[in-house]
Amino acid sequence: MKLRKSEMAAIGSGRGTMDSQNQVQSDTVDRLKLLYPNVNEEETPLPRAWSTKDKFSYIGLSQNNLRVHYKGGTQGPGRRPHLPYLHLRLWMYRHGKTHRDAASVRATHPIPAACGLYYFEVRIVSKGRDGYMGIGLSAHGVNMNRLPGWDKHSYGYHGDDGHSFCSSGTGQPYGPTFTTGDVIGCGVNLVDNTCFYTKNGHHLGIAFRGLPPNLYPTVGLQTPGEVVDTNFGQQPFVFDIEDMLKELRARTRVAIDEFPLPDEQGQWQQVLHRMVSTYLVHHGYCSTAQAFSRATGQPIDEDIASIKNRQRVSKLVLAGRVGEAVETTRRLWPGLLERDPDLLFLLKCRQFVEMVNGTDCEASEDGANGVATSVISHTGRPHKRSNGVAADAAEEGGGRDVDMAPAANGDHEDEALPLVKGMPGVTASVAALLPDRFEADASSQRASVERMLAFGRELYAMSQKLSQDLYHKSMLEDAFSLLAYSNPWDSPVGWQLEPVRREAVCDALNSAILESQGMQWSSPVEACVSHARSLLRRMSRASLGACAFADLSALLAR
Amino acid sequence: MQQFTVFMDIESSRSYIDELYSSDAVKVMEALVTLKNSVIGSNRQKSSVISQGVVPRLLQLMSEESLDPNIRLEATITIGSLAKGTPENIDSLIEKGTATALVEMLKTVPLGSKLAEAALCALRSIFSHKPAPVDALPADMRLLTRLTQIAREDSQEARTSVIRVLAVWCSGTVEQEALTCAGACSAAAAMLVVPPRSVPSPSRLVPALELLAAMCFKNPNVAQVALNTRHGDKSIPELLMCLVSRDKPLVVALKAAKCLTFLQRAGALPADDSRIVFGALPCLARLCTKENTEDIRASAAEVLAYLTEVDTSLQRLAAISNHLMSSLADIVNCQSAAAKQGAFKCFASLGANDEDIRKMIIETHGLMVHVVNGLNNPDPCVSLAAVRCLHSLSRSVQQLRTTFQDHAVWKPLMQLLNDSPGPELLNVGSSTLCNLLLEFSPAKEPMLDQGAVEMLCNLTKMSDPALRLNGIWALMNMAFQAEQKVKQRILCCLGTEQMFRLLGDSDTRVIMKMLGLLRNLLSTRQHIDAIMSEYSSQVMQAVIVVLEGSYPAEVKEQALCILGNIGDGEKSKDLIMANEDVLRKLVDYLAHPESKLQEAALFVAGNLVWRGEAGAAARQQRLAELGLLRALKLLRASHHAAHLHDKVKTALAQFNEFT
Repeated sequence: MKLRKSEMAAIGSGRGTMDSQNQVQSDTVDRLKLLYPNVNEEETPLPRAWSTKDKFSYIGLSQNNLRVHYKGGTQGPGRRPHLPYLHLRLWMYRHGKTHRDAASVRATHPIPAACGLYYFEVRIVSKGRDGYMGIGLSAHGVNMNRLPGWDKHSYGYHGDDGHSFCSSGTGQPYGPTFTTGDVIGCGVNLVDNTCFYTKNGHHLGIAFRGLPPNLYPTVGLQTPGEVVDTNFGQQPFVFDIEDMLKELRARTRVAIDEFPLPDEQGQWQQVLHRMVSTYLVHHGYCSTAQAFSRATGQPIDEDIASIKNRQRVSKLVLAGRVGEAVETTRRLWPGLLERDPDLLFLLKCRQFVEMVNGTDCEASEDGANGVATSVISHTGRPHKRSNGVAADAAEEGGGRDVDMAPAANGDHEDEALPLVKGMPGVTASVAALLPDRFEADASSQRASVERMLAFGRELYAMSQKLSQDLYHKSMLEDAFSLLAYSNPWDSPVGWQLEPVRREAVCDALNSAILESQGMQWSSPVEACVSHARSLLRRMSRASLGACAFADLSALLAR
Repeated sequence: MQQFTVFMDIESSRSYIDELYSSDAVKVMEALVTLKNSVIGSNRQKSSVISQGVVPRLLQLMSEESLDPNIRLEATITIGSLAKGTPENIDSLIEKGTATALVEMLKTVPLGSKLAEAALCALRSIFSHKPAPVDALPADMRLLTRLTQIAREDSQEARTSVIRVLAVWCSGTVEQEALTCAGACSAAAAMLVVPPRSVPSPSRLVPALELLAAMCFKNPNVAQVALNTRHGDKSIPELLMCLVSRDKPLVVALKAAKCLTFLQRAGALPADDSRIVFGALPCLARLCTKENTEDIRASAAEVLAYLTEVDTSLQRLAAISNHLMSSLADIVNCQSAAAKQGAFKCFASLGANDEDIRKMIIETHGLMVHVVNGLNNPDPCVSLAAVRCLHSLSRSVQQLRTTFQDHAVWKPLMQLLNDSPGPELLNVGSSTLCNLLLEFSPAKEPMLDQGAVEMLCNLTKMSDPALRLNGIWALMNMAFQAEQKVKQRILCCLGTEQMFRLLGDSDTRVIMKMLGLLRNLLSTRQHIDAIMSEYSSQVMQAVIVVLEGSYPAEVKEQALCILGNIGDGEKSKDLIMANEDVLRKLVDYLAHPESKLQEAALFVAGNLVWRGEAGAAARQQRLAELGLLRALKLLRASHHAAHLHDKVKTALAQFNEFT
């Protein structure tokens, strides 16, 4: 059976936005994602290599732009003379801060504040002639014809004398010297804006304080033969950075736990009870809410019958019986869906997906439970899905699939498949499924596929009436794409079929019902969590590194 | 039960105290409960109750096995409460045999009972007091096995208590070995496990870490057992490694690093073990930083001093770790004696071997002022640590010439040594003095004025060989290229009697330094003649004593060198020539199988036969008569003495009339 891959809509993941020059993405686990889980790389990409553009011409890059070597410039004025050491020092002294041979390179991106604690390591492959190497940080736009540390907003640790340079041409005694074979690490604590270095896995102490935000990892070289390799976190580090991360997490947790609150806001018991109770009511856990309210004396603001109604609708959606849910909604809250075409479209779209899934049938047909038979044959996966929220009545009802090997039908293979009319993007591959080859149940299969196609057309027509919004369009495309595969469950768009996807639809419907009843569309506890989450995002944008260590899910779990 | 208040006076408490002695169990019980409630939280009540002599009765109620267990429990709890009182309260409890009674009780009470827990709790309180009544707990295997069993299996409270008691008790090799046999290592290991996702509790971990440290301290056998003890899938060093991480409470990390340090120093872990290099050392360096409290920093510096005491690679590593030097320089400025002491000790260890580190200590951190202040500190621990630091730094020739001179460190040092110092201070101080008195040290002159000679001569009379060695060594250093008046003063002050006593010393090193002193005294021609004119007989006698005695070759070599020096003097030559005995020996030594003795004898002979000096011909003739010429010729022919041929030739060349 021929697949038309071109029909696949954008899958909508964040990949593909990577900088073209770093093709170093490993196929296995991305260690950087584990190191910096709170960094949103779509907003603030992590440094993963040295920049081919943001460097001085004397610098050469190789090995996926992770190796830096000094290639020097052409002979000319300003090239440092070859002199014995003392003369060289004198020469340097005379030339002040203009070491014209020094050259630096910055990483592709600045360090995102949401890293919390950022770290990279540089291995000195060769110290070259004199080992005048500097490792550190610099801001965007700082002169690259320098070693890191010499200019404003530039910070470096130099191998020849072990001094640290803090935006100044004169260094401070800081640590040991370093040379061929050493591994030098540079860590940036974005909570207190300090920087430390390590040598061969040993912490050398804080080198700089009061760092500005948005610094780039930087290395500088100055004499021929100097070569360094870099590990931005793709490989395990020599230094145990995890230990420091743990410490910062623990410290942030203590800071949160011990944050002082004014007395009137500190009545936790009351607040928590209220939150639990409203959450239960909001999601229609009716009897639990009643029991809880009896135990804690919390009032329930909503009529019990109303909660039960919402619960019923939610159960239907969660069971995949969206058509029934729509009908029930229309009956119980007339006018609601008519006033909110976007919601109706969302429901219908889901209904279509559930039709593919074989869990949704028009309530009027086939008896109460509906016949949960997918019209699409598949061979790969047994049809057993349950999200554990609602027992799938439909599945019990008769989740019998039609077992059929994908027949190699020569006559269909070479034909250009015609588009199904009225459903752009849906090829006639569905037509190929049409059960004219089915020996048994032929008529019922055909009828159900035709019903589905008809439903699809209706859906498409509906989408045309909505304000042409990219969101709706891609949702529809994703749903229709299901039809392009012989086994939709194993296809790249198969995620839509997962029962867990019903939850978002269920929530949207529930919120709309509540809103129409004049109640809050989200429960206080969820509002609180999403508020906290958005605060963390704001912190990240405002370069407040502590956001990296406020692990919301861990705090909630506690 | 009668009503009471915290402020109840002694008179009103009389009645229930009388009830304590009643034979009616119910009344006794009531009285006990009243008593217990009255003493809880009130030191005044505790003192008053103890002064009324209730303790023996309580001990009796506690120990009597026939009594109602509840009465015993209440009595034990009351004792435990009293043991939380003032030090005087605990003293009187110990005096009345409380510790022994509790230990006796622990032998019999059922494990896991409330009674056992209460008894352990009381015992822990008593053992927390210093000095702890360690004798009350005999090194009896059955008892110890029982206690370690409690430490493994009992309630959390009982386990913590028993481990704390054992940690205090374990103070010597006997205790260490006994506890190890009783399985205390595995009991401690079990306490060190921190379940994942739980907050580590210092009150549980610290006693176990203290016990482990106390057991491993300087004991290679126990350390080896600890190394191989496992709990679950982790060995003790691995468990400790988890505890030194940054997210653990500081006191836990400190104690864990201490255990790792003790394991290393006891030889169970090599100095380059990753758990030392990446575990204990960075942890301790981190704990020394400014962010931490003074007592944590003080203890961390002290442990780090012990960890880096001998190993140069660890010293170098520590020196670059986490700005340790700055941290220590800052700790020196802390108020407490413990902090100053820890920092000085740590500096002493770091600077023990590496010149660069010494330079860094002095140059980057301006430590000398603090060392001098430390020497003057009234607390003997601080001044001792400062002397240790000074001793370590005095190994640097450069520092002796510069910084030490600038700060006149010898002044406070001499003062300390003259001020009836303790044996340890005397030892380290005199070693430092030795270094300060090296020839090139400019401190030499002013120290002489301070009576250094007299003090050093006194040192040579000490019973401790290390002190005698330091004394004579310092004198030797002092005499090197010194002025004649200094040499006279040394000879005069030391006295010939003491000189001979030192030549007969049991320690060869002392004899060597004594002879070295003589060599240094007898150098340059004028000094030789001047000294020999006064002390000829004694010096010659000393040389003969050594040459005739059964001394090792290197000692005799020194004696021959002295003869050589004497032979260089103008008039002193005659002293040798007049002594046929010595001359014959000289000839014998030229044929001695030991080549360094041959060389030394050749040096003496060369000086004696040197032409162009008055009386050379006569000396040559005399020596030829005694067979010296023959001996020299033999030496020239010998293949074994090829390296001496040049010198033999030079000597033979002097004898032109005879050859």
